[in-house]
Amino acid sequence: MGMTMTQKILAAHAGLDSVVPGQLIKAKLDMVLGNDITSPVAIKEFDKVGLNSVFDINKIAIVPDHFTPNKDIKSAEQVKICREFSKRMGIVNFFEVGQMGVEHALLPEKGLVVPGDVIIGADSHTCTYGALGAFSTGIGSTDMAAGMATGEAWFKVPEAIKFILKGKPRKWVGGKDVILHIIGMIGVDGALYKSMEFIGDGAHALSMDDRFTMANMAIEAGAKNGIFEVDEKTKQYVEEHSVRSYTVYKADEDAEYSEVFEIDLAAIKSTVAFPHLPENARTIDNVGDIKIDQVIIGSCTNGRIEDMRIAAEVLKGRKVHADVRCIIIPATQKIWKQAMNEGLFDIFIDAGAAISTPTCGPCLGGHMGILAKGERAVSTTNRNFVGRMGHPESEVYLASPAIAAASAIAGKIAGPDQL
Amino acid sequence: MNAKGKVIKYGNNVDTDVIIPARYLTTSDPAELASHCMEDLDEKFISKVQKGDVMVAGRNFGCGSSREHAPIAIKASGISCVIAETFARIFYRNSINIGLPIIECAEAAQDIKDGDEVEIDFDKGFITNLTSGKTYQGQPFPEFMQKIISADGLINFIKSSL
Repeated sequence: MGMTMTQKILAAHAGLDSVVPGQLIKAKLDMVLGNDITSPVAIKEFDKVGLNSVFDINKIAIVPDHFTPNKDIKSAEQVKICREFSKRMGIVNFFEVGQMGVEHALLPEKGLVVPGDVIIGADSHTCTYGALGAFSTGIGSTDMAAGMATGEAWFKVPEAIKFILKGKPRKWVGGKDVILHIIGMIGVDGALYKSMEFIGDGAHALSMDDRFTMANMAIEAGAKNGIFEVDEKTKQYVEEHSVRSYTVYKADEDAEYSEVFEIDLAAIKSTVAFPHLPENARTIDNVGDIKIDQVIIGSCTNGRIEDMRIAAEVLKGRKVHADVRCIIIPATQKIWKQAMNEGLFDIFIDAGAAISTPTCGPCLGGHMGILAKGERAVSTTNRNFVGRMGHPESEVYLASPAIAAASAIAGKIAGPDQL
Repeated sequence: MNAKGKVIKYGNNVDTDVIIPARYLTTSDPAELASHCMEDLDEKFISKVQKGDVMVAGRNFGCGSSREHAPIAIKASGISCVIAETFARIFYRNSINIGLPIIECAEAAQDIKDGDEVEIDFDKGFITNLTSGKTYQGQPFPEFMQKIISADGLINFIKSSL
């Protein structure tokens, strides 16, 4: 039987010629990641093993990005645990404020993850690196601890769902709309325990930033990982960002899939996920009249340079609505500098938006834009669960940077064409 | 190993943000996490949960964030076992890794009602509803996972194999 991309990567890292869905394997890890929330728990568990060193000081990344710059004393203590552990172990890829960025934008940018890798991260959105043709999945703190100790992790080989993407998205429609459309179609557990494999000329037409956005939200369909086929765009991205060598895996012609979907990208409209699940997808022409209080443009889902450019294109020469706070958070220092040098900050500030240093902050209701009771936000982040951005009676509407920026101006959920 | 207790029941897609909201993730102390467990979904959970109680839920339990604080909070609240139709995969891994007993059984999860008294035999994967008298066969763990569970979590399992 043929293998999917994911199955081939897992087989190679388990030292096996082939694997089948359901098989339990132990795979070698190319990268183990943690953040300021999950790493302290992992460090506590790691210390219980009683080792004086980690498996490889170059293959661990600790990125304090969630509650940083430290929002209070307790978060400062958590980051201190990460910092001291990284120093004690000699971990090369610890990123202090100043170098730090939102982890899933930072690792590809730093060239730490490349096609064919097996990556685990104590953060559910670790699936982002599937955009590069890697097997990348979220795990918890104890798995991170075990990974740091042994350089290995156990996996159940997943089945896969194939998404054949065709055509090109229309103006103002991007990766976010495509993935919200897919989650709306299959549901928040539609890909539970499975891989989502994205192929086809439509996938190749998408930019790397769009692919990162889509792979990032595979977890919101319950998937173990999301993965794109490597093409010239992937190779160019990796060669621009990394010095590491890499391996390209392509699915076999006779690979088996539990389901196959064909999606015409040209038919997808701008899509918004209503509270309180990412599967509550509605097209922009069906949103009704929803007044909003806040807009967030940023996060591991949509805080990259293309997202900043789209937001600027919409905000240029316009003013944020008087009843809306618009907060823009470029995901890394590099993106920040690039946005600044391209003059995007002038556009944002002239429009009345606030620009923040990189942080996950508001996405998970940490800091830098918390909602009060009854408030509503349009956000380019990835989750709209109850209480996700603040008060349990607040609401989050997930959307693309184009919709978020247009909504900031309109004071209600709107697309750029409605301005 | 057995567990016996009164059922506290929830619906589908109980996410880790409601199990333990991110605003409390500045600590990893189990007792402190437990004091806020489920509060955005059910404010009364913490005052009503008794040691040994069983949590029963629908599909995709524990979806969302990878925070291990979620199973830690449930375990520290006194819950002896979670029965669900299905579990989100990171939550499933985390529960095994930290030693929170969980069982996947769609029929039991649908049938069992809030307030029922249930008993679980983990070795056999049997669930008995003492209130209705009905029994169910839960999904047994693969042998590999049983080894992790009997070693009392992944870290002890690794220590013993180093």
